Amino acid sequence: MHNKMRLFALVIVTALIGACATTPPAEPEPVMEDTNSMTSGSETQGLTDEGLLDPTNYADRENLNNPDSLLSKRTLYFDYDSSRVRPEFMEIVRAHATYISSNPNVRVRLEGHADERGTREYNLGLGERRSRSVMDMMVARGASRGQADTISYGEERPVRTCSSESCWSENRRVEIVYSN
Amino acid sequence: MKFSFKRLVAALVPLLLAADVFAQGGLEIRIESGVEGAVPIAVVPFRWQSSTEETRTLTDVIRNDLARSAQFSVLAEENLAERPYQLSEVNSGTWRRLGVDFVATGTVTDSETGLSVELQLIDVKSSGTPIRLEHLSFPTRSTSLRYTAHHIADVIYEAVHNIPGAFRTRIAYVTATGPLNDRRYQLMVADSDGYNPQPVVRSREPLLSPSWSHDSRRLAYVSFEESKPVIFIQELATGSRTRVADFKGINGAPAFSPDDSKLAMALSKSGNLEIYVMDLATRELTQITRNLAIETEPAWMPDGQTLLFTSDRSGRPQIYKTSATGGDVRRVTFEGSENARATISWDGRLIATSHRREIGGQAEYVIAVLDTDNDAVRVITRNPLSESPSFAPNGSMVLFASKQAGKSVLSAVPTYGRAASSDGRAGQELVYADGDIQEPAWSPLRR
Repeated sequence: MHNKMRLFALVIVTALIGACATTPPAEPEPVMEDTNSMTSGSETQGLTDEGLLDPTNYADRENLNNPDSLLSKRTLYFDYDSSRVRPEFMEIVRAHATYISSNPNVRVRLEGHADERGTREYNLGLGERRSRSVMDMMVARGASRGQADTISYGEERPVRTCSSESCWSENRRVEIVYSN
Repeated sequence: MKFSFKRLVAALVPLLLAADVFAQGGLEIRIESGVEGAVPIAVVPFRWQSSTEETRTLTDVIRNDLARSAQFSVLAEENLAERPYQLSEVNSGTWRRLGVDFVATGTVTDSETGLSVELQLIDVKSSGTPIRLEHLSFPTRSTSLRYTAHHIADVIYEAVHNIPGAFRTRIAYVTATGPLNDRRYQLMVADSDGYNPQPVVRSREPLLSPSWSHDSRRLAYVSFEESKPVIFIQELATGSRTRVADFKGINGAPAFSPDDSKLAMALSKSGNLEIYVMDLATRELTQITRNLAIETEPAWMPDGQTLLFTSDRSGRPQIYKTSATGGDVRRVTFEGSENARATISWDGRLIATSHRREIGGQAEYVIAVLDTDNDAVRVITRNPLSESPSFAPNGSMVLFASKQAGKSVLSAVPTYGRAASSDGRAGQELVYADGDIQEPAWSPLRR
């Protein structure tokens, strides 16, 4: 369903661009001969599209901080005791994989975390499993393993500290961190 | 019901001793109740016959030690009908009427080397003449009175319960304070009653998994100070330390072998978290497990030949065992949906774990004890989010962390028996005023 929408949007955009191309710019009016005139003619120029990024160009470094782009999304959340990347986060993983594979000088750190339930050492393992799971998915989509580091903080760096699912769900995460 | 003085006292004793609270170095120590059937004992304030300044320390520490073990019910001082200092002054009948089975008394005098503390432990259970079980002298100094008190409490404990006392021991634990973006961690060592807490490591990054060497001189621990988990071994007397495991990935869960020649640990350098054993003299590593699951938290059986560890190879964490040189792996825990972080009693018979179970659709994290003689499993505490159990070196209590009112606190509960008080709390609790206290490890016996 999602892909159909994208195709439709693409068609519309293409049509609009085509439409622009077929409307010629207004012809300038001929300038009267004037012995004092500095110009003997004029030039025309189309509008440039500066400042308008394509948020879906995941190779573009500019999109890292573009709130409209998936590249600005850096946190993936997980189910309890699971290291499976949930379907709703796969687009984000793919976007970052594209960025990394298109920019060989980029290094990324995938930081894995767990909620407080269970022992600390086991949660170190679970956080690592989560970050490796994200790395494997990125590598499968073109990123080079040499560009990515994984680290686990287990339950040691929570973002929320209450002892209920509303906080726990925010702590079960992998954070995608780019070093500049 | 006919009025009975004995019943009144018996009813008052648990009340008077419930929740005695002491504060020391930011650490609040709360003594909860005893267990049902705790041995009733009277401790007479030791008579001071020394020329040095009198202090209550000796008597107070003995009383508190016996009470916090939850295995003694200590008669409140105001109920002492008599204050005998000699066997001849002990009248069994008086003590029977108070419901007391043993009387401990003593005297402090000057000696050539400092002080001498005389202990007399008298059995008044039998209806006949009182029996003197112990009559000992302890040479000491006024600066070592706490240690002598713990020693006396150990002697009393062993005379009554027939196993060594664990009062002359220490505990290691981690404190964490401050807001999430500016945390401060300390690895601390204190006496087992919480007295004299001292930091041995300070860090702005997490510290985990302290583990005592069996000679009590070193602690192994995991530190994130270099932004990744690394295992260090630190000499407690000097504070000097060596880095023993700094491989790629996780370096975690260190555990000294019973003879201190090896360190078991969990490493993920192979790409997967596995159990390894390192020879501390040669630094040679032997890989013990080979499985795609998470393997961690190794614990040594007392014979040094077998390792228990946590693995989620069956889907969720459970305890498994294998030879300390590697080989077949067998599952050990079958009750509860999760079991992790095994701690083993000194005789290898009991295994306490961080245990998850589902009750009425709700998940609980408790501490459970598996008796390997008969495979019976008992849950010994229901504090919320209980984890990281550590046996006392005599197996009589388990020290662990749990969450109370939003903070992590430590509790020591008796391995056997049910709490005599209606709130179900027996033993002792340690609360850190400024933040969380977690990751406890009970030292070996200090001799």
